[in-house]
Amino acid sequence: MTQDLNKIKSGHKILKEWSYELKPVDKGYNMRTLYVNISDNTVAEKAVSEEMKMTFTGGKGFGMKLLWDGVKPETKWNDPENEICIATGPIGGNTNYPGSGKSLVVSLSPLTGIPIDSNVGGYFGPYLKFAGFDAMEIQGKADKDVIVYIDGDEGKVQIIEAPYEAVDSHVIGEQIIDLFAKNEEDKINISSVSAGTGSDHAWIGCLNFSMWDKRRQGVRFKQAGRGGIGTVFRNKRIKALVVRFSNLSGVSNNPADIATVQKTGLKLHKEIIALDDQQCRMRKVGTAHLSEIMNEYDLLPTLNYKYGSHKDAPKISSDVFYNEFLSKGKPDGCWYGCTMACAKVAEDFELKTGPYKGQKVLVDGPEYETIGGCGSNVGIFDARDILEINFYCDTYGLDTISFGTMTAFIMECWENGILDKEKTGGLDFTWGNSDSVLELLHQISRGEGFGKIAGKGIREMKNYFEKHFGADRKFMDDIGMEAKGLEYSEYVTKESLAMQGGYGLALKGPQHDEAWLIFMDMVQGLIPTFEDKAEALHYFPMFRTWFGLQGLCKLPWNDIEPADNAQTSEPAKVPEHVQNYVDLFNAITGQHIDKEELILQSERVYNFQRVFNIRMGKGLREHDSIPYRSVGPVTVEEYESRAERYDKQLKEKVGIDPSGMSSEEKVKVMREYREDQYEKLIDAVYERRGWTKNGVPKPEHLKKLGIAFDDVLDVVNKHL
Amino acid sequence: MAKYLKTYPEKCSACGTCMDVCSETFFKEKNPLKSAIKIEPKDGRVLMTVCDQTCRLCVDECPVQALTVNSAGVVLLNKNKCIGCLACVSVCPINAMMWFEGGQTPFKCIACGKCAEACPEQALEIVEEG
Ligand code: SF4
Ligand code: SF4
Repeated sequence: MTQDLNKIKSGHKILKEWSYELKPVDKGYNMRTLYVNISDNTVAEKAVSEEMKMTFTGGKGFGMKLLWDGVKPETKWNDPENEICIATGPIGGNTNYPGSGKSLVVSLSPLTGIPIDSNVGGYFGPYLKFAGFDAMEIQGKADKDVIVYIDGDEGKVQIIEAPYEAVDSHVIGEQIIDLFAKNEEDKINISSVSAGTGSDHAWIGCLNFSMWDKRRQGVRFKQAGRGGIGTVFRNKRIKALVVRFSNLSGVSNNPADIATVQKTGLKLHKEIIALDDQQCRMRKVGTAHLSEIMNEYDLLPTLNYKYGSHKDAPKISSDVFYNEFLSKGKPDGCWYGCTMACAKVAEDFELKTGPYKGQKVLVDGPEYETIGGCGSNVGIFDARDILEINFYCDTYGLDTISFGTMTAFIMECWENGILDKEKTGGLDFTWGNSDSVLELLHQISRGEGFGKIAGKGIREMKNYFEKHFGADRKFMDDIGMEAKGLEYSEYVTKESLAMQGGYGLALKGPQHDEAWLIFMDMVQGLIPTFEDKAEALHYFPMFRTWFGLQGLCKLPWNDIEPADNAQTSEPAKVPEHVQNYVDLFNAITGQHIDKEELILQSERVYNFQRVFNIRMGKGLREHDSIPYRSVGPVTVEEYESRAERYDKQLKEKVGIDPSGMSSEEKVKVMREYREDQYEKLIDAVYERRGWTKNGVPKPEHLKKLGIAFDDVLDVVNKHL
Repeated sequence: MAKYLKTYPEKCSACGTCMDVCSETFFKEKNPLKSAIKIEPKDGRVLMTVCDQTCRLCVDECPVQALTVNSAGVVLLNKNKCIGCLACVSVCPINAMMWFEGGQTPFKCIACGKCAEACPEQALEIVEEG
């Protein structure tokens, strides 16, 4: 190892060194951001104005604003001026309130061409803030691989040529610790961001944010998964971003009112300790518990979202992962002070395939999304296989959600004869063939064979299969689970119109972090009318956007609930926790917001991002359309599998007697009905959000929000 | 090995001397909120709350390993490492991990025995077992 390290160090060449003045954070803000350009090796700080703070709040809001200023309408993801912005928010980095350590990453996505934002744990964002910056933006493209190092103890930034470090995250993550930590105790003060060899070739690249795990003596990672930011990172030839900060304390955020921060945090800690075992068991199994719930409600995506449950689903339930693989009784938070501790780990996991075959590694997860995407959705019902796929996706820097969903698409194409061994270079994509799935991953990492085509995601595959294999475009559009170019995350939405909208209207593309309305809509029937659904599709996306402005995690909001939550007037909102957030924000920043102003903070950024989408050519009604697989049964096979349900709906909702109709006819009638419902929903939501029928935020609405800047109006005026 | 402060509530008169001594020793002021032992008269009896050094749930919970067990079996909190998250306070089943509002770190009984020496009723005793 030392020999390796010496070799690695010998390759280091400092291309730029820049010093800055160390200043403590003041009430959650530094009021400056860091700008790094790796084309011409410029490093500079930019002041955050009071106006920027009050308009964009922080986190993803700052990221969006910096990115907007950095790019032009014609900028493509792989142009040097595309940026990667990383920021936590004003609440981010506090150590008292569970879920306060998130970094928000923003960039133009290779998959969608519009801004993507991804919310990730690990220590990087908080350390960056305590090192002195509310956000960092990286622009340009290096000629050779580089590391950007921010030393928050010394007040120094370096751009370092780094030819010999590995690219795959589990290797470079350890190398970084050995290179930058002064001694054993110091390891905890270093955090890095890296991608992987998969990101070199695929468009579904993700970033790994590290944290040194003292108990396990190893590096663990959390992933900024969605939208291909890892791809942008490697395209810029960044090997790693590294930050050091060694002075973390409970008051690093310098809050206006520490006692309230502590009390609010302690209240939630106690709630979690008392109730988690009876509620979501996040402390034991993390988000994996969702797989059995989703299966029970027919929502677990199975065989490319054809179905919502499977007889073998118990084989990939959380108990299997917990009993056979996950380590127990360790405080696995992704940031300090998160007693929800859902960042689970499989230790000493021995790899059976690929370049690291035989190594025993730490696997972070699996998250529910990975179990759904790389498990049931591709017909794999083997927990071990899912962990192996999970590990390789992470270390190669590939998003498990996009990877799972696109592989499910490939498998359905295989099933329908669009693909065969000749076209895949010998890989057999029968449902559940984990050997092929793993080989596909390794091909992506090497940039070879079918992996090269597949790694570009579903939208590109559709183009390729149509052009080169003469595949039926309409069928692929129906079953290819992408919208705006981004692959769906892992929920079956056929029976929840509101959730179809939740996905279709999500600004970045179909990710569930804006709204998850399936239970409210389908199970509890709480939002029956279009107006109700539209209200939910206004409130929840705005509320949940707020987490991204603050550096917060969504999970401690409603994956734990106060004991009396069900008795409140609006249980779905978890009113007590909303109040916690208001209190926390005020206690840290010294401002005086209420829960209405909280929504306004989000609405500003949300509408700004919508306008940003329009500016980049993908923010109008036509871009909010979704594949029919997410709306209803595409095929007769699907219809017949749930015939009783659908026949009943034809009778009761559509007003047609299905008896005597062929399945084909029923599929057609059902489709007309459901597609029409979706359009009506879109109308209602646009109206509620203050947008035109074409999905454009109205100037008067932008004015009301205080974001009617000239360059913003210029964009919308063209579409009125 | 376990060394801990044993309590005899039936002997305690709730005079509060122990709390004064404890807070004086560690915080240089007489303040029951800053004492690692709490005495509360309740329903005609006295509740004596102090760490018994046995369950160690806090040690497992601490994200930065600021809590450790020394060779005498006493759970100690390293203030330099502590990041003040208060997770340990929330997991303690007997509320013996203490904290007062605004305090940057929690604190707890380290079985030093100063209070036991001062107790006029012999209601406290340092015990070593194992
Ligand atoms: S709930 Fe889980 S993901 Fe969220 S902050 Fe805590 S450990 Fe991280
Ligand atoms: S408050 Fe300090 S000692 Fe307690 S769990 Fe947090 S870091 Fe550890």
